[in-house]
Amino acid sequence: MSMFEGLKFRKISSPIHSLDPRVKFFYVIAMFAAAVMYMEIIPLIALFLIQIPLIIAAKVTRQWIKSMRGATYLAAIIFFTNLLFSYFYPTGESFSYIVEHATAMTLRFVVLVESFSVFFLTTSPDHLGLALENSHVPYEFCFAFTTAVRFVPVLAEEAQTIMDAQKARGLELEKGNFLKRVKNYIPILIPLIVNAIRRSLELAEAMESRAWGATKNRTNLYELKLHRGDYVLTALTVLLIVLAVYVRLYIPIPAVSEILG
Amino acid sequence: MIEAYDLHFVYPNGVEALKGVSLKIRNGEFVAIMGQNGAGKTTLVKHFNGLLKPTQGKVLIDGVDTREVSVAKLARKVGFVFQNPDHQLFCETVEEEISFALKNFGFKENVIKRRVTWALNLLGLTRYRKTSPFMLSGGERKRVALASVLAWNPKILILDEPTIGQDYAQKEKLRQFILQMKAQKKTGIIVTHDVEFVAECNPRVVLMSNGKIVADGEARKILTSPEILEKASIIPPEVSRIFLELSNIGFPTNVIDIYEAGEIILDFWEGKRREHV
Repeated sequence: MSMFEGLKFRKISSPIHSLDPRVKFFYVIAMFAAAVMYMEIIPLIALFLIQIPLIIAAKVTRQWIKSMRGATYLAAIIFFTNLLFSYFYPTGESFSYIVEHATAMTLRFVVLVESFSVFFLTTSPDHLGLALENSHVPYEFCFAFTTAVRFVPVLAEEAQTIMDAQKARGLELEKGNFLKRVKNYIPILIPLIVNAIRRSLELAEAMESRAWGATKNRTNLYELKLHRGDYVLTALTVLLIVLAVYVRLYIPIPAVSEILG
Repeated sequence: MIEAYDLHFVYPNGVEALKGVSLKIRNGEFVAIMGQNGAGKTTLVKHFNGLLKPTQGKVLIDGVDTREVSVAKLARKVGFVFQNPDHQLFCETVEEEISFALKNFGFKENVIKRRVTWALNLLGLTRYRKTSPFMLSGGERKRVALASVLAWNPKILILDEPTIGQDYAQKEKLRQFILQMKAQKKTGIIVTHDVEFVAECNPRVVLMSNGKIVADGEARKILTSPEILEKASIIPPEVSRIFLELSNIGFPTNVIDIYEAGEIILDFWEGKRREHV
């Protein structure tokens, strides 16, 4: 749960929050591409570190740390799976190299979570919907998307209440073997799903009573416009990609174990 | 007995919902916890069955610290009916819904059957025994939720906003039931905004505002003090509002009961008539 807490948008003002969501999305994709390009530890550490100024500028350090902490479980799984696979399918590499490789793979995941975290922590769902609309996605889909995002915290809160209500009726979630535990979640899932459906029908009625879709050409109260900050981030992102490709192609990257050994 | 000592609670998002609440509720007491939205009423009662554990301070239920036992164990003693029945109904029939908790607590099959019949009868749901709870109206669903808790006969019963969506007849039944509980030395706690309902029941009132208890005492005293009620954004019940208005012609100000009010008015009228003769 804490990982989702670390992705939840909060309305505060910062230079990063006011950036155009399209530019930020471009940045996320670029980070993604750069992280996937490398299997060595040093450039991945660099990718991890260069994002930290952005996080500090966005004033979301606390939430970001939360998302990182939430990601540790998955990161641990990735690390140990990589170790295990090198163990079962030996490639003749030294142990220090294997550990380094597993660490790099984990770091790659951490970099991805980091950039997604920056994106979701600083982009309001409304802006995101606006960006989709400007990218010529049909309005119905944009609306469905923003609504879905908007209702995630509501649903999470509701799940908590349902859990409390069932616990108050003597339900013990942690009791029994694996199958029993899965079954324990039925009293939570059914009310959650029924309420979600009921709520969506109510939402549809409320929207229709407020003339949803009455005009073909919608206008927006807020328009997305590129500002200086957006051009700066775009330029930096392009630079990052060019640099990443150049380093990949022309500069050999030593492993840490080589440097130390 | 419920005892809370200097109870503080901070939600994970940093909201301090309780700021030092101390409260003692004896067996057989009937308590209404009132206050505006966000005063911390629900947060407080969620401590009584261990759903929330104190950030600071402690809660004892019959001398047992809530931090030391599981919710399931406490629930056997402390029944909690949530505000929205849709947060708990999930079975195919009303009957199964009511027996869910009984099964969790390990009651025997024949006992479950008897208890379910008893609870259905008590809340006027017998004809819905085999109906899906999702097909019922809002008020009926609320009664199913109540029945599903009453069925295991908990010693302490907590009702979160029990009167919402209930018509007068159902409210009256609920009141009768609470009085019956009182006679059986059971503890009833209701969290509510319904001043009129509280006035009719005349319980002990605990008034909360901003995470603290601002007043604690007889309904008769608290519900007729506009200064105290104002702190919790509550207005006095209609009867006492009339009597407060009429206090300058000699009416008592501490009336919340309609029958008592009627008698006072009759006496007053009788007195006036005699003066004229």
